[in-house]
Amino acid sequence: MTDLDLSFMLNGKPVRLHVRPDARLLDVLRYDCGCTGAKEGCGEGECGACTVLLDGLPVNSCLVPAFQVAGRSVETVEAVGPEVTGPLNRTGTAQCGACSPGIVVMTRWLREHPEVLQDATLRQFMSGNLCRCTGYDSVIAGVASVLDPKEATGGEGASA
Amino acid sequence: MKVLQPDNLADALQLLAEPDGAPVPIAGGTDLCVHWPARDLDNTRFLDLSRVAGLSRLTLTDNALEIGARTTYWDLICAADVAKAFPLLAQAARLVGAIQIQTRGTWAGNIANGSPAADGVLALMVCDASIVLQSVRETREAPLDGFFTGYKQSVRRPDELIVAIRLPRRAYTFEWLAKVGARRAQAISKVGVAMTRSENGWRVAANSVAPFVCRCRALEAALNAGRTFTSPQNVRSLLSADVAAITDLRSTAEYRERVLSRLIFYRLAELDRSSGHV
Repeated sequence: MTDLDLSFMLNGKPVRLHVRPDARLLDVLRYDCGCTGAKEGCGEGECGACTVLLDGLPVNSCLVPAFQVAGRSVETVEAVGPEVTGPLNRTGTAQCGACSPGIVVMTRWLREHPEVLQDATLRQFMSGNLCRCTGYDSVIAGVASVLDPKEATGGEGASA
Repeated sequence: MKVLQPDNLADALQLLAEPDGAPVPIAGGTDLCVHWPARDLDNTRFLDLSRVAGLSRLTLTDNALEIGARTTYWDLICAADVAKAFPLLAQAARLVGAIQIQTRGTWAGNIANGSPAADGVLALMVCDASIVLQSVRETREAPLDGFFTGYKQSVRRPDELIVAIRLPRRAYTFEWLAKVGARRAQAISKVGVAMTRSENGWRVAANSVAPFVCRCRALEAALNAGRTFTSPQNVRSLLSADVAAITDLRSTAEYRERVLSRLIFYRLAELDRSSGHV
């Protein structure tokens, strides 16, 4: 196998790499770019822990072949600011933390695209991000508090 | 592993026609990339469709809808006019995985992969979709009903690419799709069913209950003849001619047939109550 010469925009900056032709976007991010935020949970597009934005849309990076990323834009959890992570820290959204990178990326996307919630609920949009700790209520509460700061509860998550 | 990355359809079709075997077309990768590192990819050749121009279209006219080879579920959800004209397709699109799958998975890929559990195929089937297959030799159109010939087998030749999906626009008086999985969202179907009624008659299709997504013709014929049902068992005995439910890792044949017939019976009963007749 000959290496793949791969150039794309990562969190707003151009990167150029030589990677294996069978690399997945998730592998490239973690092992070649040092962006270890995205996690491999299931490796089959079920859990959402590897969620990143590809050309502005949420995708499971474990299911994206690196060769399809050339010339495109990728944004990871590393590029998400405190306007998203701050409220999530106050609502008990993270417990063990394995699902958090995907949830943070999804939250940022929903914050930037509130129009999508006209036709489907927050829970439906978060259904691709599995969390085995929280039972989801604190995840949904956290995301809701980012989307609408007036909804923030804060108290329950303060000890988490 | 080798990746071929043409930027136009003519080159893509030429690569599919190579005498040493056709490469595997890959679009969104939501099926092909599952457990990717565990697969032996050394001798696999992929035909990457992501750079081929002109494959992502959605064309809605007064009498038809054409879905491109690389059009995703999310593309259709976001196309308000299409989602309004084909609400069943929009509903199916939202049932396929979650948003992270919907932004990558394609309607054509759902057909090409040929899974018996395909939710997109289910909706397309009851809308009388046909598949446009193109090769260097010819372009032909095959009805989706009859496209599959066995488990993950179809009439598509290796040198042919699914370039579009065509659906006639009809005035449907009934459209319904239901899916039962381990979880309401983001689950592979254990049982799925879709039904439509138009002046062309009833269409009923089921997924996950046979080696491929199939029409339920005995049930359609009964409905077209105006038959009504008094119990789920009536529906089930008709369906036994249409489906051959399988037992696999997700469910049993008994469960599937029981649930499928009850889903249909109770939905028809509801329709009966709301309209006074079926």
